[in-house]
Amino acid sequence: MSKTLSFFASRWGIISAGAFIGILAPILQKLGNPANMGICVACMERDIAGALGLHRVDIVQYLRPEIMGFVLGALIAALMFREFKPRTGSAPIIRFFLGVFAMIGALVFLGCPWRALLRLAGGDGNAILGLAGLAFGIWIGVQFLKGGYNLGRATATKPAAGWVMPVLMVVLLLFAIFTPQFAPGGPIFSSTKGPGAAHAPLIISLVVGLGVGFLAQRTRFCTMGAIRDVVLIRDFHLFTGIFALVVVAFVVNLILGQFKPGFANQPIAHDNYLWNFLGMTLSGLAFALAGGCPGRQLILSGEGDGDAAVFVVGMIVGAGIAHNFALASSAKGPGAFGPTAVVIGLVFCLLIGLFMRERSRA
Amino acid sequence: MSEKIDARGLSCPQPVVLVKKAIDRLGKGEIEVWVDTVTSKENVSRLARNAGFQVTEQEEEGEFMLKLAKD
Repeated sequence: MSKTLSFFASRWGIISAGAFIGILAPILQKLGNPANMGICVACMERDIAGALGLHRVDIVQYLRPEIMGFVLGALIAALMFREFKPRTGSAPIIRFFLGVFAMIGALVFLGCPWRALLRLAGGDGNAILGLAGLAFGIWIGVQFLKGGYNLGRATATKPAAGWVMPVLMVVLLLFAIFTPQFAPGGPIFSSTKGPGAAHAPLIISLVVGLGVGFLAQRTRFCTMGAIRDVVLIRDFHLFTGIFALVVVAFVVNLILGQFKPGFANQPIAHDNYLWNFLGMTLSGLAFALAGGCPGRQLILSGEGDGDAAVFVVGMIVGAGIAHNFALASSAKGPGAFGPTAVVIGLVFCLLIGLFMRERSRA
Repeated sequence: MSEKIDARGLSCPQPVVLVKKAIDRLGKGEIEVWVDTVTSKENVSRLARNAGFQVTEQEEEGEFMLKLAKD
């Protein structure tokens, strides 16, 4: 077991996690997932919000089994390696709103950091603006971290608290399989057109999700952490993982004929440079303040981290808000109130960064 | 010089931030770090090794005590 443990923690371990996602995400696209969206935690949670009726945009409603797979795959890994540790109590309400604003920023850009990398690997030049914004947001977060920003300690709690998210995911999975209708004209909704109607077969999505969840739990794969560690401590360990993801996804896209370079008319994207940049700046800052990218938060919630679970729920609610209040972008550009929401989100995050500070005890 | 850091219950990257501040301040010597997740243990160990510290670890009831040492 210890040899396995050291492999996952090694440089080759993190590279294998990035490469695994880099291979499977473009294949999921080939099998039906939307273009440059083989895996996108933000988009997939947005689709889940739609399927549950938290927003009513009929082209983005589907219970994406990848998300359930991530949490349950992480749960399996955590149980196998004795890392399932129910814990909570580190400023949950703040984490909830960091999740809300992280999602709003991601839906102004149209993607989470994983999708930003996949968009880059698919030739979408707008991803460069998004990734630059992400890095800038994380850089701001690092300045707060250096200044003593801290959301406080979590404490160990009873196992039941750690099982809430995995059980919720099993319930969502059952809804995805049986798509019950709870009221006439009500949820569970499933898109019949648009990105929500584009999906790989359920079982394949689930198996890929389980595999990614397992590997990401073992290797601590995190896109936000990758950039943060470079800025904060000049450590390139996690960064090699996201680098591997981009390189491998690029090659697989080339092989599958999915590489289409350019800025205009990219799939499920817009080319407004400013709001691509600032949307991801907001997300990057919110991720940095919460301690993980959306994928990592899902993985942590599978390990029993109740605070990460609150962030995930915040993101799903945030998706509802983003679409109900015309904040989310479309291929035409930012939504009517998207830019305003990004500014409000940035102000919120800056205030949290300033006020949630602990004087150094050392 | 010896220093003790209790990073139990702190989420990523707080344990690393605390240890980095101590390493930057002390430069060498002994630092005792308590963490309660394997992730924090790995991250702190990697940071310390990269800074030239030797790391020994001890597990006690799901918590980890790391001894970082540099002459």
